[in-house]
Amino acid sequence: MATDDRPGAGTTPALARLAGPLAALADNAAARRAGIVALLALMVVAPFVFGEYATVILTNALLYVVLALGLNVVVGYAGLLDLGYAAFFAVGAYTVGILTLRVGVNFWLTLPVAVCTAALAGVIIGGPTLRLRSDYLAIVTLGFGEIVRISARNMSITGMASGLSGIHQPWLFGWHIATPRDFYYLFCVLAILAVAVSVRLADSRLGRAWLYVRYDEDAAEAMGIDRVRVKLAAYVTGAIFGALGGVFFAVNLGAISPESFSFTQSVLILMAVILGGMGKIPGVILGAMIVILGPELLRSLGELRLLVFAVGLLLIMLFRPSGIWPGRGRQQ
Amino acid sequence: MSLLDILAHQLLNGLVLGSFYALVALGYTMIFGVIKLLNFAHGDLYMVGGFIGFIVLSAISSVVGGGWFGIFIAMLLSMLAVGFLGVVIERIAYHPMLSAPRLSILITALAVSLVLQNTALALTNGQYTAFRSDLGFGGITLGGLFITYNQMVLVAAAAVLMIALEFFVTHTQYGRAMRAVAVDADMCELLGINVAAVIGVTFFIGSALAAAAGTMAGAYYGSLWYFMGFLIGLKAFTAAVIGGIGSIPGAMLGGLVLGLLEALGTQIPGIGSEWKDVFSFAVLILVLVFKPTGLLGRSEQERM
Repeated sequence: MATDDRPGAGTTPALARLAGPLAALADNAAARRAGIVALLALMVVAPFVFGEYATVILTNALLYVVLALGLNVVVGYAGLLDLGYAAFFAVGAYTVGILTLRVGVNFWLTLPVAVCTAALAGVIIGGPTLRLRSDYLAIVTLGFGEIVRISARNMSITGMASGLSGIHQPWLFGWHIATPRDFYYLFCVLAILAVAVSVRLADSRLGRAWLYVRYDEDAAEAMGIDRVRVKLAAYVTGAIFGALGGVFFAVNLGAISPESFSFTQSVLILMAVILGGMGKIPGVILGAMIVILGPELLRSLGELRLLVFAVGLLLIMLFRPSGIWPGRGRQQ
Repeated sequence: MSLLDILAHQLLNGLVLGSFYALVALGYTMIFGVIKLLNFAHGDLYMVGGFIGFIVLSAISSVVGGGWFGIFIAMLLSMLAVGFLGVVIERIAYHPMLSAPRLSILITALAVSLVLQNTALALTNGQYTAFRSDLGFGGITLGGLFITYNQMVLVAAAAVLMIALEFFVTHTQYGRAMRAVAVDADMCELLGINVAAVIGVTFFIGSALAAAAGTMAGAYYGSLWYFMGFLIGLKAFTAAVIGGIGSIPGAMLGGLVLGLLEALGTQIPGIGSEWKDVFSFAVLILVLVFKPTGLLGRSEQERM
């Protein structure tokens, strides 16, 4: 199955038993459709039920869904480790900030520019490194993430350490997207689009090529798949998702600063991908929710938040590498 | 100061910085050699080493003082403790993953790094810890250049450690086994070499070297921070790649080259010290693009 977990991803019996009912639910097509409808209905009414504070948090969670789905293309689909994903997020955010504030371009016109800039950055970083051992990519992306953050902090066009503020809220056909609720719905649409694109990509020719390269690179190459090009496609697709997330992040907050794009940010997005179950779309969504809603529910943790996530990540890797969301087709 | 003095001064700075990079890069490259893993947690072992050295020194400074002798004892104990920590990490986190897909073990290494970092963060509340020692600021003047005794001791200590390592790797049975495992672990197993033990020894030595660098850096710069291992981990990797990853002399050379490049590179007009890190990551990317085998690495067409 296309969204299956990786080889060797064993499930401990106790966890399998726990995941049993959930897996049954995920396997039943009718139940799944009903679940999706219920989820969409919940998304529509959520701001009216939970109030403004929860709406803001949920908006953030939806942003993470978009970012995590983008990183999932790189990590989950193509099996490449990207530790500097926040860099693309930053590229998107700063493109909007600079073009709308310093040049005066209309917000919607900055979108294609942000996408092209991110894709170009992806090609520049990914092109040379993807020819090497795939673990080099991990550390080069880590370095790239730092380069982008430090550059943003040192250049006057990006507003140095204090960043850019006063980014205007956009208009869409006479609708001024301004209140938290407006932005919530905007991000709902984005997240749904991201899910749709992810699903289509996984089932596409390219998606199957990614799966093949992830399982056995040499065999894939023997079958005529250009592994560097296929990997680069994954890396650039992830970059575009990240940049789009950054674009809307910038207009939502109205202000951006270099520290929003730190290594910690990259790690949080990566955790969202892995905790829920990389390669599996519901798993990634679950992961994004855990990463954003978890700290809200466990306020008392404070500074320990990341430690808890880090220990969780370690335990997941050691005992259930396919993530929390149940994998299908592996329970014998 | 004349241009020549500035140059000499920066060369000295580069040498000191390069010694730290080289010590950390050695562990990186050795561990990569035996299990082909980029150990992201390696920089954090440097940080843990700094903190343990600090704790030991605080405990014994009333008896032996906070001078070089105290720091030497602190460094040895820290090396021992972090060496064991490295072995424990390998046994618990990496060993079960050796046959798992490449991506899994990389993520596991990242998780270990985050656990170490955030444990230190929780224990120190994210504050800088002052590393107090009584090293003084004495030194000698050589032409227009003032060299402190601290700098001399530090570079000498790093050199001694590296020479000892080189001797260990080339002249002892374990060293020979380590080189053999790096070439072909499966074959070593067949020939009766205890590969797991060799990996353990490698982790012990690599981690201990990082701890030595951490303690010395703490004493030299006077402060410790939970996040200090992140940047040096990246720099040490860069150094290892410059020298040729997997090559022990390469790591030493790469560390020194990177230290000197950074010290001199920031003197180029237009590249201030705020661009120092960008400069070295750019070097990393350029080396990977144009000479991925590094200065002393073997050229091998290996993909995973």
